[in-house]
Amino acid sequence: MLRNYIKITLAVLWRNKFFTFISLFGISLTLATLMVATSLADHTISPQYPELNRDRILYITGIKLYNTQKGEFNAGGLSPYFCNHYLASLKTQEAYGFGRNGDPINTYLNNKKIALVSGFTDEGFWKVMSFHFLEGKPYSKADISNAEKVVVISEKARDDYYGTAATALGKDIVLGDDHYRVIGVVQSNPPLNNYTSADVYFPYTLAKEDWNNQDPRGSYRAFILAPSKAAVSTVQDEFYSMAAKIPLPDKDYDYQFIGADTYLTSFVRAVFNKGNVPSKTGGTRNSTGMTRFFLIIGGLIFLFMLLPTISLININITRILERSSEIGVRKSFGASSRTLVYQFIIENIILTMLGGVIGIVLTLIVLHFLNASGWIEDVQLDFNIRVLTYSLLFCLLFGLLSGVYPAWRMSRMQIIEALKA
Amino acid sequence: MLQLQNIEKVYRTDTVETLALRNINLQVDKGEFLSIMGPSGCGKSTLLNLMGLLDEPSKGKVVVDGKSTERLSDKQMAHFRNQSFGFIFQSYHLINDLKVLDNTELPLLYRSSASGQRKKLATEALEKVGLANRANHLPSQLSGGQKQRVAIARAIVGKPSIILADEPTGNLDSTMGHEIMDILLHLNQNEGTTIVMVTHDETMARRTHRLVRLFDGSQVQ
Repeated sequence: MLRNYIKITLAVLWRNKFFTFISLFGISLTLATLMVATSLADHTISPQYPELNRDRILYITGIKLYNTQKGEFNAGGLSPYFCNHYLASLKTQEAYGFGRNGDPINTYLNNKKIALVSGFTDEGFWKVMSFHFLEGKPYSKADISNAEKVVVISEKARDDYYGTAATALGKDIVLGDDHYRVIGVVQSNPPLNNYTSADVYFPYTLAKEDWNNQDPRGSYRAFILAPSKAAVSTVQDEFYSMAAKIPLPDKDYDYQFIGADTYLTSFVRAVFNKGNVPSKTGGTRNSTGMTRFFLIIGGLIFLFMLLPTISLININITRILERSSEIGVRKSFGASSRTLVYQFIIENIILTMLGGVIGIVLTLIVLHFLNASGWIEDVQLDFNIRVLTYSLLFCLLFGLLSGVYPAWRMSRMQIIEALKA
Repeated sequence: MLQLQNIEKVYRTDTVETLALRNINLQVDKGEFLSIMGPSGCGKSTLLNLMGLLDEPSKGKVVVDGKSTERLSDKQMAHFRNQSFGFIFQSYHLINDLKVLDNTELPLLYRSSASGQRKKLATEALEKVGLANRANHLPSQLSGGQKQRVAIARAIVGKPSIILADEPTGNLDSTMGHEIMDILLHLNQNEGTTIVMVTHDETMARRTHRLVRLFDGSQVQ
């Protein structure tokens, strides 16, 4: 039966070349766009250099203070005091670190400006993250305590400042108005790594701020490394019970929340759960906004697929009506309406799968050019198994969405009318 | 084998009501070759369609092999058509995208028979109509007479109880028409196939066992 369906599908596709082209073009372009987007999303979410342990890192992106009476809140980062005082006390963790990044810092070489991005971290940051050191090593606890003027620079910064592949270890670098000594060179950290990317990493004690202030609020993010993926929730539990005991830093607020989230959740909480004032009695920990996030993403994908789906439905109706005589014949010889619905859905799935294959090829071409163009700095987008699975699911969904309605309409056709058409 | 009891068929549109068949009572016996004649628009094809469960009567009952076909579900109706009837249409109604062999095995697709068995039966059916050598041709590569022979092979492949043929020679010249008629007669005489045939052609009708004449939706003979 299936072989017969495949045979007729291919024959019909070959016969109606124009329809086939239009259908395949629409499907493959839509799928390719979705697949490139999925690849980008997958790259953003899955473990990537230097956050190779992303699946066992908890991201603490800040502290939120609420005035539940007035419905106001205040959000900000963490202070080094908070990290060193509270995070250090967690027993179930393997390591913790903290840092901030993103501020521009300029340097000049032969009167030519080199724009770099700065980062300030503690020594634990290097333990939690998996940086690949091309030269030297990270700064130590002693370097931090003594506020040594040392820096770890990226390969890109080294190439820009000292020349491609030149040695930088132990050399002097002028950043802003000060001189620093390079003690390490790491493989560049892509800008897509929102929490950790920088060109120059300084010990946090070199930042122009009062890092001894005991207020938990500051400008840092903290990262806790769990011993294993399975232990993440244990660490999370310990963190939350510890966080519940941290005193409120400001009398204008009556409640505070500090979330320790996995990578994706940390983003989602920041974007989708910004203004929610939680009740004091609980539920806060779960109100990450993930449901909303998935609904919005699902809605966007649905809308994106809706237009080509509608056009495919129209094309399918025309295609099926063209074949009304065949429908009449099949019904005359014993096909039930349901069997015919299956046949046309299978035909449509075959068509979308074919479009999917073309879409995959298109995606590979687009990814190749994206990677080659360097449009997204230091990022190599992959077409991995996960993306392929998503893509096939998209194809299936697309095939079903655009096949069910025409097939249902066709199945209601009376045999006599179908044979006369 | 096949009984039509008090059959009436009315076609209704928004403005007009047309009585296509009235008070038809007809019995087709096993092994019989029956022809239905009458002027254009007298309801011959409508009657054949009702016999083959391709259409539903407005009143009355169609009984096939002793079973009433009233109030059958779509699936049961499909099963009945598959098991009991083989259709031959005036305009052949072959699926142009499928090869002759695939067209022939069509009724078997809706039964639980394996691919090999389907191919074997379809080839045998094509042999009976003398077209086994065209199994891998497409319908577009065949003449009218050959197409109708494929349609006959398709109608007999599932060994149905009755073959219903709607003007099977209507689109063919006299020689071809007689060739097709010979095949149908052969099936009837040698294999005991029951056949009901609608025709305009008196010569063809005379070659069958019994003739039923319709006029304005009523049976007159």
